Amino acid sequence: MIRFLLRRLVTMVVTLLIISALVFFIIKLPPGDFLSNQIAELRAQGESASIAKAEFLIKQYGLDRPAWEQYLVWIGVMPGPNGYSGLLQGDWGWSFEFDKPVVEVVGDALWLTLLVNLAVVIFIHVVSIPIAIYSATRQYSVGDYIATFIGYIGLATPSFLLALILLYYMNRWFGVSIGGLYDAQYAGEPWTWDKIKSLLSHLIVPTLVIGLSGTAAMIRRMRANLLDELGKQYYVTAKAKGLGPNKALLKYPFRMSLNPFIADIGNLLPHLISGSVLVSLVLSLPTVGPILLSALKSQDQFLAGFILMFVAVLTVIGMLISDLLLAMLDPRIRMGGGR
Amino acid sequence: METPLLSVRQLTVDFKADSGDFRAVDGLTFDIPKGKTVALVGESGSGKSVTAQAILQILSKKARISGGSIVFNDPATGKTADIAELRPESDAMHALRGGRIAMIFQEPMTSLSPLHTIGDQISEALIIHAHVGQAEADKRTMEVLARVGFPDPKRALRTYPFELSGGLRQRAMIAMALITRPALLIADEPTTALDVTTQAQILDLIKELQAETGMSVLLITHDLGVVANVADEVVVMYRGRVMEAGSREEIFRNAQHPYLKALIRAVPRFAMGEDERLTPIRDVKSAILANTDAPKRPQPQGPILKAEGLRKCFTLRSGWFSGKTRTIRAVNDVNLTLPAGKTLGLVGESGCGKTTVSKMIMRAMAPDSGRVLFDDGSGPRDVFGLEGSALTDYRRTVQFIFQDPFSSLNPRMTVYELLTEPLRIHDIGTPDERYERAKQLLDMVGLDKRSLRRYPHSFSGGQRQRLGIARALALEPRVLLCDEPVSALDVSVQAQILNLLKDLQDVLGLSYLFVSHNLAVVDYIADTIAVMCRGYIVEEAPKTSLFRNPMHPYTQALLAAVPDPDIDRPLDFDKLRAGRFSNPADWPEPYRLVEGEAGVMKEVEPGHKVRMGAHKAREAA
Repeated sequence: MIRFLLRRLVTMVVTLLIISALVFFIIKLPPGDFLSNQIAELRAQGESASIAKAEFLIKQYGLDRPAWEQYLVWIGVMPGPNGYSGLLQGDWGWSFEFDKPVVEVVGDALWLTLLVNLAVVIFIHVVSIPIAIYSATRQYSVGDYIATFIGYIGLATPSFLLALILLYYMNRWFGVSIGGLYDAQYAGEPWTWDKIKSLLSHLIVPTLVIGLSGTAAMIRRMRANLLDELGKQYYVTAKAKGLGPNKALLKYPFRMSLNPFIADIGNLLPHLISGSVLVSLVLSLPTVGPILLSALKSQDQFLAGFILMFVAVLTVIGMLISDLLLAMLDPRIRMGGGR
Repeated sequence: METPLLSVRQLTVDFKADSGDFRAVDGLTFDIPKGKTVALVGESGSGKSVTAQAILQILSKKARISGGSIVFNDPATGKTADIAELRPESDAMHALRGGRIAMIFQEPMTSLSPLHTIGDQISEALIIHAHVGQAEADKRTMEVLARVGFPDPKRALRTYPFELSGGLRQRAMIAMALITRPALLIADEPTTALDVTTQAQILDLIKELQAETGMSVLLITHDLGVVANVADEVVVMYRGRVMEAGSREEIFRNAQHPYLKALIRAVPRFAMGEDERLTPIRDVKSAILANTDAPKRPQPQGPILKAEGLRKCFTLRSGWFSGKTRTIRAVNDVNLTLPAGKTLGLVGESGCGKTTVSKMIMRAMAPDSGRVLFDDGSGPRDVFGLEGSALTDYRRTVQFIFQDPFSSLNPRMTVYELLTEPLRIHDIGTPDERYERAKQLLDMVGLDKRSLRRYPHSFSGGQRQRLGIARALALEPRVLLCDEPVSALDVSVQAQILNLLKDLQDVLGLSYLFVSHNLAVVDYIADTIAVMCRGYIVEEAPKTSLFRNPMHPYTQALLAAVPDPDIDRPLDFDKLRAGRFSNPADWPEPYRLVEGEAGVMKEVEPGHKVRMGAHKAREAA
């Protein structure tokens, strides 16, 4: 077990290193960077004071150095103008666009993103598993067709469109303003009970909108998996033992059909973050999605790089968790010889 | 007359299918007396398993009981119930199912859940029916596990099915069925997936438990050898109807119905004459096979294939979390000789290394040491040294026939595509010639030429196996490696395939390496037989000499364990109970092999060689 964890940790570190290099160089691929673009613009307008500041920043962050040196400084294995100060040391860099340290720009957004996504993941599973069980055990019944039909609609509806529709009708019918994750009055306020209540009520619509297509996809996959398992011999054995239909179903085939989903946890997190950018924009959610989008557009390299790295870390940790869970749930994996 | 435990009267079961309704069981009537074993015999599709499912009311959703009665007289309570009248999910049915009537299945791997421990799955049956706590259930589970022959019942409670051998898994299934002390045990092909020695042990166990508990057994099987050994009464089914029923004596001594007679004639037996042919129930004829000649090719001087000193070890890692590794010697010092136009049978239990040997001969796997010599008429050459066009030629001349006719044909390719794919890969002929060749191949294996456009799923198991053979023949090979080609097939179809292989050999001059665990089948088709155990060839002899005078204890055990469809030659269960025949350290002198020792092959009569411990062989010399 210890050996396994150590081995996994080493591969995780190597994976993250490779990802960081890719992320950095892909951000650097387009010609120029945020500051040189800005300088060119300021020159055209003839604002010399700002140019001086921009040139100071270029020096400060070593943007005049070759790309590979910038990369090494960024991750913190080479001394930059401020000595060793990079991701490894906990310095996430400077956002040129917001003119603030990255840590202040993302700040709350990171945790709110995690919160929204956690809510979405829970929503997807809680809604889709019962429906999938229902439609798999009653294959080709009216209920199955209805669930399938709703599933297809969920898959086919563009989520930003749904977001716009809900935005309008929720306000009209319930008087709820659902832009953002809490009422505007709480922005920048410390976390009080009222703010949390406001947050929870604002969470409903984003969860529904972001989770809808995931739920539909999950119903389809879960139903297919379960149908496979329902045809297996051990399920017949369980019934031949005299187990009631529900217990037999939940203890054996359902448990087996969960494996692919546990294996998928690692993929789920990054997918939800990148998949919810549009919705976050429409609903003006203070999550990292929109920040990442604008950072990429304006080549705000440290901000974009940090967010992408954050997603990568989430993915790698998610993978580890799903592997450990799989081993816990499936003795064939735990003890090898999985025939 | 005593009331029977179970009386089935005029039972009909209908299936709803897309192609229309279809009657799987049609007016079936039979009785299961108390404490007796009734065997339900028939080919696949005859409705045997559907009958068993109807008795337990676990039919698939498409099927339903549409008439007749299944009256169960419970000896413990004296109550009578008509199962056909009960709803499948009623409380009364739940209590019967698993409690009074239990069932074991064919494939012990898939019938146990891989995610739950043996102890969990067995004790569950008791907890449902006897309303006891987990601790009490665990205690009873350990008792029953010990009874069915688990060496360490306490450990077995926490064991997962994949950690067990096939035989132990089937014992666990039996424990699960018997822990509630049912009045009727339904055994659906309980030993078909097992090796012969294991099969004999399981049959013995069921017999013993039956004597102890006085339960009745409904044994579903297609193996007449098993029937002759354990059944009291026999019911022969064909297409959902009873063809013939009676006591074992009547059925085997005086078979009346032509179907039963044909079924008996289709089974290979040891006492068959040299040139006696099996008579399949439905014979297949090939028009052009009789007029075909073997392609003219230079003939090798010596054997066409020769394996010398093959060895192969596998390293297994024993789990994700542990770095421990185990080395398994799958193949140890194997020497084989396959003369041109002959058949070499390779016999052994599962896991003995026979498939590994055939893979190495095909060069699908490299040995750790040793070589395979192939002689196409230009002198023997080492297969592992072949490169380029020489290797391509070797691939053409050696073809493989697989065990499972269902998974070995791509379901998305038509018969035409399947049969011409080898020709396309080797770039032989124009499309027109390939088309002609495909028609010719189909005819050779006795299939209709019109089936070229069909897909594999529309063929039966036997027909698919013939497609597999046709595909292997497409490149005009000289050697066919047949890996258990008939073990997934019914007896009647098995006879067809064996006869087809024999005819093809006569006409085309093919050489076969025939791998099987069924001694009677190997006896029917092979000229020379090599017996393999734990990676060693333990005995090798011409077939007459091997069956007349088996020397090695393992060969003797294998022979003794084959159930013969002849009630005058019953299995000697006492001898088989004696224990482990497959452990080289347990063999009596002079055959004992100590750890790490390979021993030597000693010739006891012309062509008949036996493996002996090295120092004993030296002493004898």
